[in-house]
Amino acid sequence: MASGCTFALMTKLPPAFETWFTARGWSPHPHQIAMVEKSQAKALLMIAPTGGGKTLSGFLPSLIELAEGTHQGLHTLYISPLKALAADIKRNLLKPVEEMNLPIRIEDRTGDTSHTAKRRQRADPPHILLTTPESLALLISYEDAPRIFAGLQRVIVDEIHALSESKRGDQLMLALSRLERLAPDLRRVGLSATVEAPEQLAKELAAAPAPCEILFADPGPEPDISMLVTETPPPWAGGGAKYAIPAVLQEVKRHKTTLIFHNTRAQAEIFFHNLWLANEDNLPIGIHHGSLSREQRETVETAMTQGRLRAIVCTGSLDLGIDWGDVDLVIQIGAPKNVKRLVQRIGRANHRYNAPSKALLVPANRFEVVECVAALEAARAHDLDGEPKGSGPLDVLCQHILICACAGPFDPAALFDEIRTTGAYRNLSRAAFDDCLDFVATGGYALRAYDKWKRLIERKDGLWQLRDPRTARNIRMNIGTIQDTDTLKVRMRGAGRPLGEIEEGFASTLTAGDTFLIGGQIVRYEGLRELTVEVSRSASKTPKVATFNGTKFATSTRLSKRILAILNADAWPNLPRHTAEWLALQREVSTMPQSGHLLAETFPFEGRHHLCLYGFAGRNAQQTLALLVTRRMETLGLDPLGFVATDYATLIWGLNEVTTPEFLLEPDLLRDDLEQWLSGNAVMKRTFRAAATIAGLIQRNSPQAKKSGRQATFSSDILYDTLVKYDPDHLMLRITRTEAMRGLVDFGRIEEMLSRTHGRIEHRRLLRPSPLAAPLFLEVGKIPIFGAARERLLEDEAERLIASVGLAP
Amino acid sequence: MNTHSFTLQSTHLIARPSGALFVPECATLVVSDLHLGKSDRIARRTGILVPPFENRDTLLRLETEIDATGAETVICLGDSFDDLAAGQSLDEEETLWLARLQAGRDWIWVEGNHDPGPLDLGGSHRTEVALAALTFRHIAQIGAIGEVSGHYHPKHRLGGQSRSAFLYDKDRLILPAFGTYTGGLWSDAPPLKTLFQGPFVAVLTGRKAIAVPVL
Repeated sequence: MASGCTFALMTKLPPAFETWFTARGWSPHPHQIAMVEKSQAKALLMIAPTGGGKTLSGFLPSLIELAEGTHQGLHTLYISPLKALAADIKRNLLKPVEEMNLPIRIEDRTGDTSHTAKRRQRADPPHILLTTPESLALLISYEDAPRIFAGLQRVIVDEIHALSESKRGDQLMLALSRLERLAPDLRRVGLSATVEAPEQLAKELAAAPAPCEILFADPGPEPDISMLVTETPPPWAGGGAKYAIPAVLQEVKRHKTTLIFHNTRAQAEIFFHNLWLANEDNLPIGIHHGSLSREQRETVETAMTQGRLRAIVCTGSLDLGIDWGDVDLVIQIGAPKNVKRLVQRIGRANHRYNAPSKALLVPANRFEVVECVAALEAARAHDLDGEPKGSGPLDVLCQHILICACAGPFDPAALFDEIRTTGAYRNLSRAAFDDCLDFVATGGYALRAYDKWKRLIERKDGLWQLRDPRTARNIRMNIGTIQDTDTLKVRMRGAGRPLGEIEEGFASTLTAGDTFLIGGQIVRYEGLRELTVEVSRSASKTPKVATFNGTKFATSTRLSKRILAILNADAWPNLPRHTAEWLALQREVSTMPQSGHLLAETFPFEGRHHLCLYGFAGRNAQQTLALLVTRRMETLGLDPLGFVATDYATLIWGLNEVTTPEFLLEPDLLRDDLEQWLSGNAVMKRTFRAAATIAGLIQRNSPQAKKSGRQATFSSDILYDTLVKYDPDHLMLRITRTEAMRGLVDFGRIEEMLSRTHGRIEHRRLLRPSPLAAPLFLEVGKIPIFGAARERLLEDEAERLIASVGLAP
Repeated sequence: MNTHSFTLQSTHLIARPSGALFVPECATLVVSDLHLGKSDRIARRTGILVPPFENRDTLLRLETEIDATGAETVICLGDSFDDLAAGQSLDEEETLWLARLQAGRDWIWVEGNHDPGPLDLGGSHRTEVALAALTFRHIAQIGAIGEVSGHYHPKHRLGGQSRSAFLYDKDRLILPAFGTYTGGLWSDAPPLKTLFQGPFVAVLTGRKAIAVPVL
């Protein structure tokens, strides 16, 4: 764990530790020493590159304190985002503990820990407990939490940068505010990879308003990072990067172990499939992503740690810090969309601390060449991106109130004060807190109902408690903020071996005979059997494209700015010739999009009128823009037929020409339309379901679930529609709107674009598609507009069916 | 027309896009599985407080149907209430509303498996009703002919969308659930498969009742 001994000792470690390091021919890194020196700090954030002995540096002070053997009960709580990481760390920690013969008991506690072990841990906690945010939230919900955590000295939050990006981080920090009350001497340590705003992370970690010191480990040598240049130029559109497969295989052969990152699972599947078709030498290459079954992932993980794989095609599921052994090359397929993620991925190569990491970017299409060059510049300039985080989400707060209620009666004022010591909630207003409390207690509906069946009741002494203590079980079963989108297991018919999971939405589009890719093989959809998708092997070569779980990352604001800057350079000596020529042609035929205006091109093509809007607002926002603009076009009788959106532009086609795009893009009208459009939108329903589940309005798990027949459960969409109709200002709808704005709807990016362009629209009427617009015609993911036609499509389908069986309608 | 007309054992029937059935020859409106008081029951049993607006929404839609058809008789085909306590949980406004709907017409509560037995809400209580050539009961019986029932909350998929649906063949008709807080059972789920062994028709609800053959 602590290799690469090039630094001299600055502080003396206790003799046992020094002997241990020396016996291995190691010496501690300076930042590990610094952690020991600053071990009394109330809050400490350490930023270190992957492979810098970061985790040991977090534990060193604990091991030293515990070495004396005087501490009784729980001393250190270690929290990681992954169960696997907790198990990994336990193995690594046990080594020095056993070798130094330290009197320290270390145990992990995750969803996989047995009930007996969990019960014993509560009665007799180990010195060091390794766990996840969800298991910690569960622990603080027990009545005996004060006893479990009484002597707690230190909390180590590993991979805090990853946790901070999701609601899991918010839940964890709320739990820490509770721990702080149970154990006032608590010291907090956060371990993070390189991030753009360490101060923000530090604020989230410390108990507000206390400060938090930040330690920076030596970042190591600059990474060796470049763009893969192939003889064949990349295609005009698409994300598969199939053209680069021979070159990628060459690189795999030249290196020991290569990680090949993709932005989406679907792309990873397709690339993996094509890679094997070209893999004439039968190089051992595996695939790893979150949709694969646990068994399959574990097989790949084991093969990986044993060094049996030459390459692994993967997605973000490999982003976190599990030690994968000797990776000496990272290949990123497709533009990285986000520089911070790129830098963290590059950190996966060369776990040896002082060797430079090596990485190659592979643009998937012509425009991504520009994106990759922009990302390379940003990575070299250490210009990391990240969207500023909003204040702590209220759905997580609602769940936290429920968790606190499970632990016992509480005083709202004291709980409010406690919550405000959480960085993300330091500006929470009492009114917002009371809204959440009211929601949890009474449902918070405009109609006063549930007088008899409130969830929480206020006692005579002013404390609040669960009306029915038995409901605590339900609440505990639903702790957590991870949303498993509704997925269905995929199995081979007959064999019963799970291949992985696909989204229910994707499954519902399949009909018998359709083929799709999963786990690197093409399978044929046979049918649905009790929530399992049954498939059979298929000999076909081209699958129906797998769109399951296509998390489409949007290009970050910072990166979009760099791209615009590159586009507006006088010349492009750093770009491959084919790309430079393409851009020059755009300048000649139309004009280059700029950050100070919104370029709108209109042109006819194949009998349709087209409108192309270069907003550079990222894929999600460009899609929202398309939905809003086409809605307006409908009302103006411009008969839009469909659109396609990418990170940089939206292309809309219809029956009539748009002569004055300004009318379509009036900011106030766009905002009004947004309100209107949002209420009936599927994205909103999805966002609502997530928020309502976290806030405890919908249960994922219940003891009753198995018993009741399926017709007894009704969909969360019904709850959403009912609220919109009868209680449009309800807390859950307010949370849903806030979330959607920064999530899938991403209206914030549209606002950013509107304010950057000050309403200036550069309209170009062209005779044919411009060079920048042309690739959009080749993009997949075109979305037809149904307008009022949605019901008609159903009727047409019904008529077709009726006609096909020879019945009169 | 947004409705779907058909005959069952030579009785003319109209499937309405709302999920209600109208029998023109005796001016009777039939709705099934209202599940009034559902939110109350969920709160009582699980502590979860879902939006408590389903009673007024269900009653509002029922009122719209009564007005649109001019029904002289209303049959609630079972599972009108989620359970006894749910039946008693209607607030004063909702109870009065129900009484208003009952005024001037016959109102029949057919007993369902959820129903608590007679409630103090007006109307008559029956285990089943014979009308024209048809029998109305909550749960379908295997082998019955000319039977109209509810209970299963059928739904059907078409063109990538799913809607609650009427299912009928030459012998029987099963109504979709009319209550706001109700889910559905796929038309090809085992109990429905047993009841419809030959070809049948699914009538999807929504803006318009859309009939499709299922083979």
